[in-house]
Amino acid sequence: MNKTVNQKAWFFVIPVFVLVAFNAIIPLMTVVNYAFQETFGNNQFMWEGTRWFKQILVSERFHAALGRQVLFTLIILVIQIPLGIFIALNMPKEGIGVPICLVLMSMPLLIPWNVVGAMWNIFALPDIGFLGHSLNAMGFDYNFTQQSGDAWFTTILMDVWHWTSLVVLLSYAGLRSIQPAYYQAAEIDGATRWAVFRHIELPKMKKVLTIAILLRFMDSFMIYTEPFVLTGGGPGNATAFLSIDLVKMALGQFDLGPAAAMSLIYFFIVLTVCWVFYNLMMRNESKS
Amino acid sequence: MKKLKWLVPTIYIIFLMLPIYWLLNMSFKTTTEIINTYTLWPQEFTLDNYKKIFTDSTWYTGYLNSIYYVVLNTFISVAAALPAAYAFSRYKFLGDKHLFFWLLTNRMAPPAVFALPFFQFYSSVNLFDTHVAVALSHCLFNIPLAVWILEGFMSSVPKELDETAYVDGYSFWKFFFKIFIPTITAGIGITMFFCFMFSWVELLLAKTLTAVAAKPIAATMTRTASTSGYELGLLAAAGSLTIVPGAIVIYFVRNYIAKGFALGRV
Repeated sequence: MNKTVNQKAWFFVIPVFVLVAFNAIIPLMTVVNYAFQETFGNNQFMWEGTRWFKQILVSERFHAALGRQVLFTLIILVIQIPLGIFIALNMPKEGIGVPICLVLMSMPLLIPWNVVGAMWNIFALPDIGFLGHSLNAMGFDYNFTQQSGDAWFTTILMDVWHWTSLVVLLSYAGLRSIQPAYYQAAEIDGATRWAVFRHIELPKMKKVLTIAILLRFMDSFMIYTEPFVLTGGGPGNATAFLSIDLVKMALGQFDLGPAAAMSLIYFFIVLTVCWVFYNLMMRNESKS
Repeated sequence: MKKLKWLVPTIYIIFLMLPIYWLLNMSFKTTTEIINTYTLWPQEFTLDNYKKIFTDSTWYTGYLNSIYYVVLNTFISVAAALPAAYAFSRYKFLGDKHLFFWLLTNRMAPPAVFALPFFQFYSSVNLFDTHVAVALSHCLFNIPLAVWILEGFMSSVPKELDETAYVDGYSFWKFFFKIFIPTITAGIGITMFFCFMFSWVELLLAKTLTAVAAKPIAATMTRTASTSGYELGLLAAAGSLTIVPGAIVIYFVRNYIAKGFALGRV
C-alpha cells in the first residue's frame, strides 16, 4: 500500500509510546544502573565499570546455563516446527472437524504457565502420575526429580505439549490461503506428494513459518515459569535455563550487579537473533 | 494413506488431552485416595476441592483479581494500540520503522530481566499490590502484540475507504469510529483474544507486583503448594478452574483464530 508522509501521525502513536516507555525504559535503566555499580542497600552505590560484565562473560556458571539454554531451544525448534507442519498438513479442511480441532488444539496455549508446570508435575510423578507410572510399569527407570536425563525429557515433552499447537495453527492458516487451482494444476502435471509440499505448500507457509520460528525462539529462550514449577531447575542445575539461573542470582542470592549484567547480555542475545530474523522477514515481504 | 489422515490430529489431540484429564481426575479425588492409590478415575468421587475454592475467600478472590487485571489490561492495550496501528498502516513518519522494531523488542524482553526493576519502580510510584500495576506492566508485551496484529488487519483494508469517507464530508474521528472500527471488528476481536490470553497466562510479573490485595490465582496456587503441605487435590481443582476462562474465550473466537494468525501475523 502507498503510504503518505504525515508527521502528525506521531500523535496517534504517543499513547502507545508513553505506556511502553513507562514500562520498558525506566526499568531497563534501573538494570543498567545496577550493571555498572556495586550496592550495599540504602541507595549507596559505587562505580564498578565493566567489572560485572567481565565476570559474567568468563564465568563457568553463565556458560553452562547458556549452553543448556541453546541446546533446549534447538531441540524445541527441531521437534516443534516439523511436527507442527506435519499435523497441519493432516488437519481436516472443512466440516465439523475444523472447529473441534482448532478449539481442542488451542487449549494448552490458554493455560497459565505455572498451571502447565503443576499439571505436568502431577502427570509425570513416578508413583501417582499417569506418565511416570506408565513408564515405570513398562520397565523404564523413570524419575524426573532425580535423574537429569528424565528431567530433560519431561521438560521437552511438556514444551512440545504446550507450544506445538501454535506452530500448527500458524501453518494451518498458511495452508488455508492456497487456492484449490494450485492443487488441481499439480494433479494434472502428475506431481508427487513431496513435490506438492516442496513447491506449493512450503512457499505459501514461508511467511507464517518465519513468524512461528521467531516466536518459538523468543519464548523458548525466555522460558521460566514452566520448568521452574516442574523441576525447579533441578536435579542439581540440570534444567536451570538462563531465566531460572538469573532469578536465582538476582532474588535468591541478591547479587544484583552480576545479575543485572547478565540480564543485559541475555537481552542482547535475544535482540540480535530477532533483529536478524526481522530483517530477513521484512526483506521477504518486500520481495513478494 | 488418505483414509488414515484423520489419525494424525486425533493422536495429537489425545496427547494434548491426557495431562488435562489427569488434572481433572486428581481434582475429583480425596487426598487419601491420591496419596495411597493409583487410579485411572476417581473411586470416591468428591466435589470437596471445588467447594473449598468457591467458599474460601483467599481462593476465589484470586480468580476475581486475575480476571480484573486481565480485562483492564486488554482494554488499555487495545484502546492505545488502535490509533497507533492506524498510523503505522496508513502513514510514513519520522522513525516509524525504528519505532515499530523498538515496540517489538519489548515482546522479546525476558520477563525475568524486568522482575526486580518492576518491583522497585512500581513500589516507588505507590502502585505496588494494585490491579492497575499488573495491568500496566502487562502492557509491556501486550501493546506491541496488539499493534502488530491490528496493523496487519488495518493494512488489508483498502485506503480508498478512508478517501471516500473524507470526500463524503466525514471528519477524521467520525470516520474512525463510525466506519473504520466497524470494518475491522474481527481484527479487534482477535487482538482482544490474544491480549487476554497472554495476560492470563503470565505469572512472573503478576506475582512480583502483588502481595495480598491484588494477588492472582496462579500465585495463590504456588503459595498453597509450599505452605500447607501438598494438597494435590485442591491444587488440581484450582488448576482445572484456570482453564475455564480460556476455554470460554476460545469457543467464541474459534472461527477467527486461524484467520487471525494468518492476517494478523501474530
